[in-house]
Amino acid sequence: MTIVAERSKVETATAPVLQVRNIETFYGPIMAIRGVSLEVRPGQIVTVLGANGAGKTTLLKTISGVMNPQKGEIIYRGADIAGMEPDRVVRAGIVHVPEGREVFPLLTVEENLRMGAYVRSDQEGVRRDQDMVYSYFPILAERRRQAAGTLSGGQQQMLAIGRGLMAAPRLMLLDEPSLGLSPLLVKEIFAIVRRLNREQGVTMMLVEQNAKVALEVADYGYVMELGRIVMADEAARLLQSKDIQEFYLGVQGDTQRGQKRWKQKKTWR
Amino acid sequence: MDVLQLFVSGLANGCVYGLIALGFVLIYKATEQVNFAQGDMMMLGAYVTLGLHNAQFMGLPFWVSVPIAIGTMGLFGYVLDMLVLRRMFGQSQIAVVILTIALGFVFRFFAGLIWGHEPVALETPFAGRYVPIGPLVLGLDEVVIIGVTIALTVGLYFFFSRAKLGIAMQASSQNQLAAYYMGIPVKRVNSMIWGLAGAIAAIAGILFASKGTIDPSIGLLGIKAFAAAVIGGFGSLPGALLGGLVVGIMEPFASRYITAGYALIMPYLLLFLILVFRPHGILAQMHSKKV
Ligand SMILES: Nc1ncnc2c1ncn2[C@@H]1O[C@H](COP(=O)(O)OP(=O)(O)OP(=O)(O)O)[C@@H](O)[C@H]1O
Ligand SMILES: [Mg+2]
Repeated sequence: MTIVAERSKVETATAPVLQVRNIETFYGPIMAIRGVSLEVRPGQIVTVLGANGAGKTTLLKTISGVMNPQKGEIIYRGADIAGMEPDRVVRAGIVHVPEGREVFPLLTVEENLRMGAYVRSDQEGVRRDQDMVYSYFPILAERRRQAAGTLSGGQQQMLAIGRGLMAAPRLMLLDEPSLGLSPLLVKEIFAIVRRLNREQGVTMMLVEQNAKVALEVADYGYVMELGRIVMADEAARLLQSKDIQEFYLGVQGDTQRGQKRWKQKKTWR
Repeated sequence: MDVLQLFVSGLANGCVYGLIALGFVLIYKATEQVNFAQGDMMMLGAYVTLGLHNAQFMGLPFWVSVPIAIGTMGLFGYVLDMLVLRRMFGQSQIAVVILTIALGFVFRFFAGLIWGHEPVALETPFAGRYVPIGPLVLGLDEVVIIGVTIALTVGLYFFFSRAKLGIAMQASSQNQLAAYYMGIPVKRVNSMIWGLAGAIAAIAGILFASKGTIDPSIGLLGIKAFAAAVIGGFGSLPGALLGGLVVGIMEPFASRYITAGYALIMPYLLLFLILVFRPHGILAQMHSKKV
């Protein structure tokens, strides 16, 4: 016990697995990320909170290589991965579980999982991880031959996380897993996220608008506003903070969000 | 018996149309581009084989020429996407349509330049031979065409449902962004789909050329195959093959039982009727791609 405890302490003291330094990312002329810096230490769950349009998704896209930063560095395990192609980023051990699930609708659950392991060639390990995913999400095992598009929202979110796990990531970027789910389901999914972090040792970077649930599972939190980090602290302390309580723990406005998201989806591509 | 023979010859033609239509749909599903040069790629495939095999050109053995031609056209499709079509990303579909129509002209021009405009025949080992099947006497070429198409269909079925790359091709056509997130190299996968379409076009070309003489304008057959693809729903691979078969089988019967002039427009008449009365299927397909 003590050895384990000490080891994890030593690890926390060692180098961060991910260091984002002063990145700036643009959509055409629009600057969506305005000089963001943050750190994720191995074994942690780090959450990034912020309202609509704060730039949370853009930040994750920049880390996973789907978008390129104009400036700044993304140091992952000692090497700068800024601007790297997404397939190399996945191979390096960072997987991005996108906002809105984005499953492959016509493929079966099992085929979706298989695509999560696309960059891997160790068949033995892939099979083991598939069993692992099914053990965390038994419903997926039940539906393994079903087309992913016919799953419920919550099941699709589980599939998206499971598919991400299939890449055997060291660091998982989770974009708003609570989106559009009932409070009960959110609780269930966050409990699993936490277990995955503890039991499988997957370091998590969790983007959320739902500040309360996110801060409850996270070790550390950042707050983003208009493309900048405006607050950073231990999750427990942020949970107590007046500002957070005022701005993020009360306000929701679900319907508006839904519409906006739909529009964003249409403009992408 | 006569009817059966008509049927088989229509079926054989339909296989060729179906294979070209398959190329249209493959590329469309993956990249939302319509490759109007698909017919001309078929023509090139036929000419490359002919150029390698026929005695007047290189005179290589048939079974050496065929795989080289298929491989060459596969590579050609891959490179065409990598160097030309990938640059069209983000452009309107009309721009791609115009580009591929122009490419078709270019291919025809070069085929004429290299191999001439005179009709020539591919010297296949199965030309002019016949197989008696029961009461029927079928051309060996027709039997080969049907057999190859069935084998290719089965092969493609297993490729798309079992092979990792095949499933990844489906995945990136269903949700390109998610494919990126999973580390699927989407651009390379799209080029591979163009390569696959090129290889299938070559096979279609070889099959077509084994039935009779060819000249550089046979690529215009692509229009008929396009009609077949639309009839099949323009979003489904089995639909494309089926559309090809429908058009192919319709033709000999139409020319037998309807005045010659009308027979020629039958495929387009069917296309017209389907677009007018059943546009729903096609639109639904396009719509579901957007989300
Ligand atoms: N494809 C795009 N083209 C242009 N601007 C975009 C695009 N996507 C996002 N933006 C803009 O970039 C900014 C940051 O968007 P981003 O999606 O990163 O926000 P977010 O924090 O994830 O918001 P949400 O909580 O609604 O998901 C917003 O102002 C948004 O309007
Ligand atoms: Mg977002």
